Amino acid sequence: MILVVLPAHLRTLARVEGDVQLEVAGPVTVRSVLEALEARYPMLRGTIRDHTTLERRPFLRYFACGEDLSLESPDTPLPEAIVNGQEPFFVIGAIAGG
Amino acid sequence: MSKVRVLVGTRKGAFILTSDGKRQQWEVSGPHFGGWEIYHLKGSPVDPNRLYASQTSGWFGQIIQRSDDAGKSWHQPGTPPGEPVTMPDGSPKGESNKFVYDATPETGKPLTTHQWYDGTQHPWEFKRVWHLEPSLSDPDMVYAGVEDAALFRTTDGGKTWHELAGLRGHGSGPKWSPGAGGMGLHTILLDPGNPKRMFIAISAAGAFRTEDGGKSWKPINRGLRSQYIPDPEAEVGHCVHRIAFHPSRPGVLFMQKHWDVLRTDDAGESWREVSGNLPTDFGFVIDVHAHEPETIYVVPIKSDSEHFPPEGKLRVYRSRTGGNEWEALTKGLPQSNCYVNVLRDAMAVDTLDPCGVYFGTTGGQVYASADGGDNWTPIVRDLPGVLSVEVQKLP
Repeated sequence: MILVVLPAHLRTLARVEGDVQLEVAGPVTVRSVLEALEARYPMLRGTIRDHTTLERRPFLRYFACGEDLSLESPDTPLPEAIVNGQEPFFVIGAIAGG
Repeated sequence: MSKVRVLVGTRKGAFILTSDGKRQQWEVSGPHFGGWEIYHLKGSPVDPNRLYASQTSGWFGQIIQRSDDAGKSWHQPGTPPGEPVTMPDGSPKGESNKFVYDATPETGKPLTTHQWYDGTQHPWEFKRVWHLEPSLSDPDMVYAGVEDAALFRTTDGGKTWHELAGLRGHGSGPKWSPGAGGMGLHTILLDPGNPKRMFIAISAAGAFRTEDGGKSWKPINRGLRSQYIPDPEAEVGHCVHRIAFHPSRPGVLFMQKHWDVLRTDDAGESWREVSGNLPTDFGFVIDVHAHEPETIYVVPIKSDSEHFPPEGKLRVYRSRTGGNEWEALTKGLPQSNCYVNVLRDAMAVDTLDPCGVYFGTTGGQVYASADGGDNWTPIVRDLPGVLSVEVQKLP
Protein backbone atom coordinates (compact mmCIF):
# COMPACT_ATOMS: atom_id res chain seq x y z
CA MET A 1 0.00 0.00 0.00
CA ILE A 2 1.40 3.37 -1.05
CA LEU A 3 0.71 6.45 1.06
CA VAL A 4 0.29 9.71 -0.78
CA VAL A 5 0.12 13.13 0.89
CA LEU A 6 -1.70 15.72 -1.16
CA PRO A 7 -1.98 19.50 -0.77
CA ALA A 8 -5.12 20.57 1.06
CA HIS A 9 -6.85 21.91 -2.04
CA LEU A 10 -6.43 18.60 -3.84
CA ARG A 11 -7.76 16.67 -0.85
CA THR A 12 -10.83 18.90 -1.01
CA LEU A 13 -11.26 18.24 -4.72
CA ALA A 14 -10.88 14.49 -4.20
CA ARG A 15 -13.14 14.63 -1.14
CA VAL A 16 -10.70 12.79 1.06
CA GLU A 17 -9.36 13.53 4.49
CA GLY A 18 -5.80 12.77 5.46
CA ASP A 19 -3.39 10.64 3.47
CA VAL A 20 -4.47 8.67 0.44
CA GLN A 21 -3.73 4.96 0.33
CA LEU A 22 -3.23 3.38 -3.06
CA GLU A 23 -2.57 -0.05 -4.50
CA VAL A 24 -0.05 0.28 -7.31
CA ALA A 25 0.38 -2.56 -9.76
CA GLY A 26 3.87 -3.25 -11.09
CA PRO A 27 6.96 -1.13 -10.48
CA VAL A 28 6.35 1.73 -8.08
CA THR A 29 7.44 4.94 -9.78
CA VAL A 30 6.26 8.53 -9.80
CA ARG A 31 4.35 7.74 -12.98
CA SER A 32 2.65 4.60 -11.68
CA VAL A 33 1.72 6.28 -8.38
CA LEU A 34 0.18 9.26 -10.15
CA GLU A 35 -1.66 7.02 -12.59
CA ALA A 36 -3.11 5.02 -9.72
CA LEU A 37 -4.03 8.24 -7.95
CA GLU A 38 -5.80 9.69 -11.00
CA ALA A 39 -7.58 6.43 -11.73
CA ARG A 40 -9.05 6.37 -8.27
CA TYR A 41 -9.69 10.11 -8.10
CA PRO A 42 -10.34 11.20 -11.69
CA MET A 43 -11.27 14.69 -10.57
CA LEU A 44 -7.55 15.21 -9.97
CA ARG A 45 -6.68 14.69 -13.62
CA GLY A 46 -4.99 17.81 -14.92
CA THR A 47 -4.36 19.26 -11.47
CA ILE A 48 -0.96 17.63 -10.83
CA ARG A 49 0.09 16.79 -14.38
CA ASP A 50 -0.90 18.42 -17.63
CA HIS A 51 -3.77 16.53 -19.23
CA THR A 52 -2.03 16.02 -22.53
CA THR A 53 1.71 16.08 -21.94
CA LEU A 54 1.50 14.51 -18.46
CA GLU A 55 4.25 16.89 -17.38
CA ARG A 56 4.30 18.07 -13.78
CA ARG A 57 2.61 21.40 -13.26
CA PRO A 58 5.26 24.07 -12.61
CA PHE A 59 4.27 24.98 -9.04
CA LEU A 60 4.14 21.41 -7.76
CA ARG A 61 6.98 19.14 -6.63
CA TYR A 62 7.31 15.47 -5.78
CA PHE A 63 9.16 14.40 -2.62
CA ALA A 64 9.97 10.98 -1.16
CA CYS A 65 12.13 10.15 1.84
CA GLY A 66 13.38 13.73 2.04
CA GLU A 67 14.48 13.78 -1.59
CA ASP A 68 13.09 16.05 -4.30
CA LEU A 69 12.24 13.74 -7.18
CA SER A 70 10.58 16.39 -9.30
CA LEU A 71 13.30 16.50 -11.92
CA GLU A 72 13.95 12.75 -11.97
CA SER A 73 12.57 10.54 -14.70
CA PRO A 74 8.99 9.64 -13.80
CA ASP A 75 9.94 6.03 -14.40
CA THR A 76 12.68 5.96 -11.76
CA PRO A 77 11.77 3.37 -9.10
CA LEU A 78 10.75 4.95 -5.80
CA PRO A 79 12.62 4.07 -2.57
CA GLU A 80 11.72 0.87 -0.77
CA ALA A 81 10.27 2.82 2.16
CA ILE A 82 7.68 4.25 -0.25
CA VAL A 83 6.98 0.88 -1.80
CA ASN A 84 6.29 -0.78 1.55
CA GLY A 85 4.29 2.17 2.88
CA GLN A 86 6.70 3.16 5.64
CA GLU A 87 7.11 6.65 4.17
CA PRO A 88 4.59 8.70 2.21
CA PHE A 89 4.99 10.10 -1.27
CA PHE A 90 4.43 13.86 -1.16
CA VAL A 91 2.85 16.11 -3.76
CA ILE A 92 3.73 19.58 -2.54
CA GLY A 93 2.58 22.97 -3.74
CA ALA A 94 5.12 25.78 -3.96
CA ILE A 95 4.92 28.29 -1.15
CA ALA A 96 4.22 31.26 -3.35
CA GLY A 97 1.51 33.66 -4.30
CA GLY A 98 -0.87 35.61 -2.13
CA MET B 1 -42.58 38.37 -5.20
CA SER B 2 -39.56 37.65 -7.34
CA LYS B 3 -36.20 36.90 -5.81
CA VAL B 4 -32.73 37.86 -6.89
CA ARG B 5 -29.54 35.83 -6.73
CA VAL B 6 -26.17 37.51 -7.22
CA LEU B 7 -23.22 35.31 -8.13
CA VAL B 8 -19.85 36.75 -7.16
CA GLY B 9 -16.50 35.37 -8.24
CA THR B 10 -13.49 36.54 -6.23
CA ARG B 11 -9.79 35.91 -5.94
CA LYS B 12 -10.38 33.55 -3.03
CA GLY B 13 -13.69 31.86 -3.68
CA ALA B 14 -17.28 32.27 -4.84
CA PHE B 15 -20.13 33.89 -2.94
CA ILE B 16 -23.86 33.70 -3.56
CA LEU B 17 -26.06 36.54 -2.36
CA THR B 18 -29.84 36.27 -2.29
CA SER B 19 -32.61 38.74 -1.63
CA ASP B 20 -36.28 39.26 -2.31
CA GLY B 21 -37.43 41.68 -4.98
CA LYS B 22 -37.00 44.69 -2.71
CA ARG B 23 -33.25 44.02 -2.77
CA GLN B 24 -32.69 45.52 0.65
CA GLN B 25 -31.80 42.53 2.84
CA TRP B 26 -29.23 40.03 1.60
CA GLU B 27 -28.12 36.59 2.68
CA VAL B 28 -24.57 35.63 1.89
CA SER B 29 -23.45 32.07 1.17
CA GLY B 30 -19.77 31.26 0.84
CA PRO B 31 -16.98 31.08 0.34
CA HIS B 32 -17.45 28.25 -2.09
CA PHE B 33 -14.08 26.84 -3.23
CA GLY B 34 -12.29 28.91 -0.60
CA GLY B 35 -8.77 29.86 -1.59
CA TRP B 36 -9.31 29.41 -5.33
CA GLU B 37 -9.68 32.11 -7.92
CA ILE B 38 -13.22 32.06 -9.27
CA TYR B 39 -13.01 33.98 -12.48
CA HIS B 40 -16.68 33.61 -13.29
CA LEU B 41 -19.84 31.79 -12.39
CA LYS B 42 -23.14 31.99 -14.17
CA GLY B 43 -26.52 30.30 -14.17
CA SER B 44 -28.42 28.77 -17.04
CA PRO B 45 -31.27 30.96 -18.32
CA VAL B 46 -33.23 27.77 -18.91
CA ASP B 47 -32.64 26.23 -15.49
CA PRO B 48 -31.60 28.94 -13.01
CA ASN B 49 -30.54 26.40 -10.41
CA ARG B 50 -27.93 25.04 -12.82
CA LEU B 51 -24.79 27.03 -12.13
CA TYR B 52 -21.38 26.74 -13.73
CA ALA B 53 -18.17 28.05 -12.18
CA SER B 54 -14.63 28.51 -13.39
CA GLN B 55 -12.30 27.60 -10.53
CA THR B 56 -8.62 28.24 -11.20
CA SER B 57 -5.28 28.17 -9.48
CA GLY B 58 -1.72 28.89 -10.45
CA TRP B 59 -0.78 25.62 -8.74
CA PHE B 60 -3.50 23.22 -9.83
CA GLY B 61 -4.83 24.67 -13.07
CA GLN B 62 -8.39 24.77 -14.26
CA ILE B 63 -11.42 23.17 -12.64
CA ILE B 64 -14.98 23.40 -13.92
CA GLN B 65 -17.62 23.12 -11.23
CA ARG B 66 -21.34 22.65 -11.67
CA SER B 67 -24.24 22.91 -9.28
CA ASP B 68 -27.72 21.58 -9.99
CA ASP B 69 -29.24 23.00 -6.82
CA ALA B 70 -28.44 26.72 -6.92
CA GLY B 71 -25.05 26.38 -5.31
CA LYS B 72 -25.96 24.23 -2.32
CA SER B 73 -23.71 21.48 -3.65
CA TRP B 74 -21.14 21.36 -6.43
CA HIS B 75 -19.39 18.71 -8.44
CA GLN B 76 -17.01 18.42 -11.33
CA PRO B 77 -19.23 17.34 -14.22
CA GLY B 78 -18.73 13.72 -15.07
CA THR B 79 -17.05 12.79 -11.81
CA PRO B 80 -19.65 12.84 -9.02
CA PRO B 81 -18.37 11.10 -5.90
CA GLY B 82 -19.23 7.46 -5.53
CA GLU B 83 -19.70 6.78 -9.22
CA PRO B 84 -17.48 4.43 -11.24
CA VAL B 85 -14.26 6.09 -12.25
CA THR B 86 -14.53 5.16 -15.89
CA MET B 87 -17.10 5.80 -18.56
CA PRO B 88 -19.15 2.88 -19.94
CA ASP B 89 -16.72 2.59 -22.84
CA GLY B 90 -13.81 2.29 -20.43
CA SER B 91 -12.39 5.73 -21.04
CA PRO B 92 -11.45 7.67 -17.92
CA LYS B 93 -13.56 10.39 -16.47
CA GLY B 94 -12.01 13.60 -15.24
CA GLU B 95 -12.30 15.34 -18.58
CA SER B 96 -14.29 18.32 -17.39
CA ASN B 97 -11.19 20.43 -16.78
CA LYS B 98 -9.54 19.42 -20.04
CA PHE B 99 -9.27 22.29 -22.53
CA VAL B 100 -7.14 21.22 -25.45
CA TYR B 101 -6.75 23.46 -28.48
CA ASP B 102 -7.81 22.04 -31.79
CA ALA B 103 -4.69 20.79 -33.52
CA THR B 104 -6.27 18.73 -36.26
CA PRO B 105 -4.51 18.86 -39.62
CA GLU B 106 -7.42 20.70 -41.20
CA THR B 107 -7.35 23.61 -38.80
CA GLY B 108 -4.27 23.18 -36.66
CA LYS B 109 -1.59 24.72 -38.83
CA PRO B 110 -2.71 28.35 -38.66
CA LEU B 111 -3.56 27.97 -35.00
CA THR B 112 -0.16 27.22 -33.60
CA THR B 113 1.17 30.65 -32.64
CA HIS B 114 0.14 34.18 -31.75
CA GLN B 115 2.13 37.36 -31.25
CA TRP B 116 4.14 37.59 -28.06
CA TYR B 117 5.03 40.73 -26.11
CA ASP B 118 8.30 41.16 -28.01
CA GLY B 119 6.70 40.74 -31.42
CA THR B 120 7.82 37.15 -31.93
CA GLN B 121 5.42 34.30 -32.43
CA HIS B 122 4.47 32.22 -29.38
CA PRO B 123 2.57 28.95 -29.04
CA TRP B 124 -0.97 29.00 -27.73
CA GLU B 125 -0.98 27.83 -24.09
CA PHE B 126 -4.15 27.22 -22.14
CA LYS B 127 -4.16 29.03 -18.81
CA ARG B 128 -7.71 29.41 -17.52
CA VAL B 129 -11.36 29.95 -18.29
CA TRP B 130 -12.24 33.61 -17.99
CA HIS B 131 -15.94 33.51 -18.82
CA LEU B 132 -18.72 30.93 -18.97
CA GLU B 133 -21.81 31.70 -21.02
CA PRO B 134 -24.64 29.16 -20.73
CA SER B 135 -26.85 28.65 -23.77
CA LEU B 136 -30.15 30.48 -23.89
CA SER B 137 -32.02 27.26 -24.71
CA ASP B 138 -30.09 24.23 -23.43
CA PRO B 139 -28.83 23.91 -19.84
CA ASP B 140 -26.21 21.38 -20.94
CA MET B 141 -24.64 23.72 -23.50
CA VAL B 142 -22.15 26.30 -22.31
CA TYR B 143 -19.56 28.42 -24.07
CA ALA B 144 -16.24 29.10 -22.39
CA GLY B 145 -13.92 31.97 -23.19
CA VAL B 146 -10.37 31.06 -22.27
CA GLU B 147 -6.83 32.41 -22.00
CA ASP B 148 -4.92 32.10 -24.34
CA ALA B 149 -7.83 33.36 -26.33
CA ALA B 150 -10.12 30.72 -27.76
CA LEU B 151 -13.74 29.70 -27.57
CA PHE B 152 -14.74 26.28 -26.25
CA ARG B 153 -18.15 24.67 -25.92
CA THR B 154 -19.66 21.83 -23.97
CA THR B 155 -22.88 20.13 -25.01
CA ASP B 156 -22.95 17.59 -22.19
CA GLY B 157 -23.26 19.78 -19.14
CA GLY B 158 -19.57 20.47 -18.76
CA LYS B 159 -18.26 16.89 -18.90
CA THR B 160 -16.24 17.53 -22.05
CA TRP B 161 -15.17 20.70 -23.87
CA HIS B 162 -14.26 21.21 -27.50
CA GLU B 163 -12.81 24.23 -29.22
CA LEU B 164 -14.72 26.16 -31.87
CA ALA B 165 -11.52 26.49 -33.84
CA GLY B 166 -12.89 28.75 -36.55
CA LEU B 167 -12.29 31.74 -34.32
CA ARG B 168 -8.53 31.28 -34.10
CA GLY B 169 -8.47 29.89 -37.61
CA HIS B 170 -9.99 32.71 -39.58
CA GLY B 171 -6.61 34.23 -40.31
CA SER B 172 -5.74 36.98 -37.86
CA GLY B 173 -4.77 34.72 -34.96
CA PRO B 174 -1.01 35.19 -35.42
CA LYS B 175 -1.55 38.94 -34.93
CA TRP B 176 -3.32 38.62 -31.59
CA SER B 177 -1.22 39.52 -28.59
CA PRO B 178 -1.71 39.48 -24.84
CA GLY B 179 -2.33 42.65 -22.90
CA ALA B 180 -0.88 43.07 -19.44
CA GLY B 181 -3.72 40.98 -18.03
CA GLY B 182 -3.23 38.13 -20.46
CA MET B 183 -4.80 37.23 -23.78
CA GLY B 184 -8.24 36.28 -22.61
CA LEU B 185 -11.53 35.81 -24.38
CA HIS B 186 -13.68 37.58 -21.81
CA THR B 187 -17.02 38.44 -23.41
CA ILE B 188 -19.53 36.14 -25.08
CA LEU B 189 -22.86 37.57 -26.22
CA LEU B 190 -25.52 35.21 -27.58
CA ASP B 191 -28.11 36.77 -29.86
CA PRO B 192 -31.54 35.83 -28.41
CA GLY B 193 -33.21 36.15 -31.80
CA ASN B 194 -30.64 34.29 -33.85
CA PRO B 195 -28.98 31.23 -32.32
CA LYS B 196 -26.37 31.24 -35.07
CA ARG B 197 -25.09 34.69 -34.20
CA MET B 198 -22.61 35.40 -31.40
CA PHE B 199 -20.29 38.22 -30.51
CA ILE B 200 -17.07 37.74 -28.56
CA ALA B 201 -14.27 40.02 -27.42
CA ILE B 202 -10.62 39.36 -26.69
CA SER B 203 -7.89 41.36 -24.99
CA ALA B 204 -5.88 42.36 -26.95
CA ALA B 205 -7.30 41.32 -30.28
CA GLY B 206 -10.71 42.95 -30.51
CA ALA B 207 -14.31 41.98 -31.17
CA PHE B 208 -15.51 39.24 -33.49
CA ARG B 209 -18.87 38.04 -34.82
CA THR B 210 -20.11 34.74 -36.13
CA GLU B 211 -23.28 34.23 -38.13
CA ASP B 212 -23.02 30.45 -38.41
CA GLY B 213 -22.90 29.24 -34.84
CA GLY B 214 -19.15 29.60 -34.44
CA LYS B 215 -17.82 27.93 -37.58
CA SER B 216 -16.53 31.13 -39.10
CA TRP B 217 -15.79 34.53 -37.61
CA LYS B 218 -15.26 38.07 -38.72
CA PRO B 219 -13.30 40.78 -36.90
CA ILE B 220 -15.63 43.71 -36.20
CA ASN B 221 -13.30 46.50 -35.18
CA ARG B 222 -13.77 49.17 -37.85
CA GLY B 223 -13.94 52.56 -36.20
CA LEU B 224 -11.81 51.58 -33.23
CA ARG B 225 -8.72 53.72 -32.83
CA SER B 226 -5.95 52.68 -30.43
CA GLN B 227 -2.95 54.99 -30.26
CA TYR B 228 -0.88 52.42 -28.41
CA ILE B 229 -0.59 49.94 -31.28
CA PRO B 230 1.56 50.34 -34.39
CA ASP B 231 -1.43 50.80 -36.69
CA PRO B 232 -4.06 52.61 -34.60
CA GLU B 233 -6.83 51.49 -36.96
CA ALA B 234 -5.70 47.92 -37.48
CA GLU B 235 -8.21 45.16 -38.16
CA VAL B 236 -7.15 43.38 -34.94
CA GLY B 237 -4.98 44.22 -31.95
CA HIS B 238 -7.35 46.49 -30.02
CA CYS B 239 -7.66 45.99 -26.30
CA VAL B 240 -11.40 45.63 -25.95
CA HIS B 241 -12.33 45.39 -22.29
CA ARG B 242 -16.02 44.62 -22.56
CA ILE B 243 -18.98 44.70 -24.91
CA ALA B 244 -22.67 44.63 -24.03
CA PHE B 245 -26.07 44.79 -25.71
CA HIS B 246 -29.73 44.89 -24.84
CA PRO B 247 -31.34 41.54 -25.65
CA SER B 248 -34.13 43.20 -27.61
CA ARG B 249 -31.67 44.99 -29.86
CA PRO B 250 -28.63 42.78 -30.43
CA GLY B 251 -27.41 44.78 -33.41
CA VAL B 252 -26.61 47.70 -31.14
CA LEU B 253 -23.47 47.02 -29.16
CA PHE B 254 -21.68 49.16 -26.60
CA MET B 255 -17.97 48.81 -25.91
CA GLN B 256 -15.61 49.84 -23.17
CA LYS B 257 -12.25 49.72 -24.85
CA HIS B 258 -8.93 50.18 -23.02
CA TRP B 259 -9.49 53.85 -23.72
CA ASP B 260 -12.76 55.03 -25.32
CA VAL B 261 -16.40 54.08 -24.99
CA LEU B 262 -17.98 53.22 -28.31
CA ARG B 263 -21.20 52.02 -29.90
CA THR B 264 -22.23 50.34 -33.12
CA ASP B 265 -25.69 50.28 -34.63
CA ASP B 266 -24.89 47.73 -37.33
CA ALA B 267 -23.74 44.69 -35.34
CA GLY B 268 -20.14 45.79 -35.33
CA GLU B 269 -19.64 46.79 -38.96
CA SER B 270 -18.69 50.26 -37.80
CA TRP B 271 -18.12 51.78 -34.38
CA ARG B 272 -18.18 55.39 -33.22
CA GLU B 273 -16.92 56.90 -30.03
CA VAL B 274 -19.52 58.01 -27.47
CA SER B 275 -17.23 58.90 -24.57
CA GLY B 276 -18.68 62.42 -24.54
CA ASN B 277 -18.33 64.17 -21.19
CA LEU B 278 -16.92 61.25 -19.19
CA PRO B 279 -14.15 62.38 -16.84
CA THR B 280 -11.96 59.65 -18.32
CA ASP B 281 -12.89 57.12 -20.94
CA PHE B 282 -10.63 54.38 -19.59
CA GLY B 283 -12.44 51.61 -17.75
CA PHE B 284 -13.40 47.98 -17.81
CA VAL B 285 -17.14 47.39 -17.34
CA ILE B 286 -20.07 48.47 -19.46
CA ASP B 287 -23.67 47.32 -19.22
CA VAL B 288 -27.15 48.15 -20.48
CA HIS B 289 -30.32 48.85 -18.48
CA ALA B 290 -32.71 45.90 -18.61
CA HIS B 291 -35.70 47.94 -19.82
CA GLU B 292 -34.16 50.99 -21.48
CA PRO B 293 -31.92 49.96 -24.39
CA GLU B 294 -30.38 53.44 -24.64
CA THR B 295 -29.44 53.60 -20.96
CA ILE B 296 -25.90 52.40 -20.35
CA TYR B 297 -23.49 52.31 -17.44
CA VAL B 298 -19.72 52.56 -17.11
CA VAL B 299 -17.29 53.06 -14.23
CA PRO B 300 -14.55 55.45 -15.36
CA ILE B 301 -11.05 54.61 -14.16
CA LYS B 302 -8.31 57.20 -14.14
CA SER B 303 -5.86 55.56 -16.51
CA ASP B 304 -4.20 52.36 -17.57
CA SER B 305 -1.28 53.10 -15.29
CA GLU B 306 -3.47 54.09 -12.34
CA HIS B 307 -6.23 51.55 -12.02
CA PHE B 308 -8.43 53.50 -9.63
CA PRO B 309 -11.25 56.05 -9.89
CA PRO B 310 -10.38 59.67 -10.65
CA GLU B 311 -10.03 61.86 -7.56
CA GLY B 312 -10.60 58.86 -5.30
CA LYS B 313 -14.35 59.08 -6.01
CA LEU B 314 -16.17 55.91 -7.00
CA ARG B 315 -18.72 56.99 -9.58
CA VAL B 316 -20.89 55.06 -11.95
CA TYR B 317 -21.71 57.07 -15.04
CA ARG B 318 -25.05 56.62 -16.73
CA SER B 319 -26.06 57.73 -20.17
CA ARG B 320 -29.75 57.72 -21.09
CA THR B 321 -28.95 58.63 -24.66
CA GLY B 322 -26.84 55.67 -25.67
CA GLY B 323 -23.63 57.56 -24.98
CA ASN B 324 -22.10 61.01 -25.33
CA GLU B 325 -24.15 62.58 -22.53
CA TRP B 326 -23.26 61.10 -19.15
CA GLU B 327 -24.30 61.80 -15.56
CA ALA B 328 -22.38 60.80 -12.46
CA LEU B 329 -24.18 58.49 -10.02
CA THR B 330 -22.71 58.93 -6.56
CA LYS B 331 -25.40 58.45 -3.90
CA GLY B 332 -24.21 55.73 -1.56
CA LEU B 333 -20.81 55.34 -3.22
CA PRO B 334 -17.59 56.47 -1.50
CA GLN B 335 -16.65 59.96 -2.64
CA SER B 336 -13.27 60.24 -1.00
CA ASN B 337 -10.17 58.09 -0.61
CA CYS B 338 -11.53 55.28 -2.77
CA TYR B 339 -8.88 53.54 -4.87
CA VAL B 340 -10.51 50.30 -5.95
CA ASN B 341 -10.94 49.03 -9.48
CA VAL B 342 -13.98 47.43 -11.13
CA LEU B 343 -12.92 44.60 -13.40
CA ARG B 344 -14.44 43.77 -16.76
CA ASP B 345 -16.81 40.99 -15.72
CA ALA B 346 -17.87 42.64 -12.47
CA MET B 347 -21.06 44.47 -13.45
CA ALA B 348 -24.54 43.07 -14.08
CA VAL B 349 -28.16 44.17 -14.25
CA ASP B 350 -31.29 42.35 -13.15
CA THR B 351 -34.61 42.37 -15.00
CA LEU B 352 -36.85 43.48 -12.17
CA ASP B 353 -38.72 46.75 -12.38
CA PRO B 354 -37.09 49.04 -11.50
CA CYS B 355 -33.91 47.59 -12.93
CA GLY B 356 -31.22 46.61 -10.46
CA VAL B 357 -27.58 47.36 -11.20
CA TYR B 358 -24.68 45.62 -9.45
CA PHE B 359 -20.92 45.86 -9.51
CA GLY B 360 -18.03 44.48 -7.50
CA THR B 361 -14.68 46.03 -6.69
CA THR B 362 -11.14 44.86 -6.20
CA GLY B 363 -11.59 46.01 -2.60
CA GLY B 364 -14.19 43.31 -2.02
CA GLN B 365 -17.38 45.35 -2.01
CA VAL B 366 -20.43 44.54 -4.07
CA TYR B 367 -22.62 47.58 -4.59
CA ALA B 368 -26.23 47.38 -5.70
CA SER B 369 -28.78 49.87 -6.87
CA ALA B 370 -32.42 48.83 -6.87
CA ASP B 371 -33.48 51.91 -8.80
CA GLY B 372 -31.44 51.92 -11.97
CA GLY B 373 -28.42 53.60 -10.44
CA ASP B 374 -29.92 56.55 -8.55
CA ASN B 375 -29.02 55.13 -5.12
CA TRP B 376 -26.37 52.60 -4.18
CA THR B 377 -25.63 50.50 -1.16
CA PRO B 378 -22.95 47.91 -0.46
CA ILE B 379 -24.74 44.58 -0.19
CA VAL B 380 -21.57 42.89 1.02
CA ARG B 381 -18.24 44.26 2.14
CA ASP B 382 -14.76 42.92 2.72
CA LEU B 383 -14.85 39.99 0.35
CA PRO B 384 -11.66 39.09 -1.50
CA GLY B 385 -11.13 41.14 -4.64
CA VAL B 386 -14.13 40.72 -6.93
CA LEU B 387 -13.49 39.26 -10.38
CA SER B 388 -17.04 38.82 -11.63
CA VAL B 389 -20.66 39.60 -10.81
CA GLU B 390 -23.74 38.01 -12.34
CA VAL B 391 -27.36 38.29 -11.30
CA GLN B 392 -30.38 36.06 -11.72
CA LYS B 393 -34.04 36.96 -11.35
CA LEU B 394 -35.87 34.06 -9.75
CA PRO B 395 -39.60 33.33 -9.58
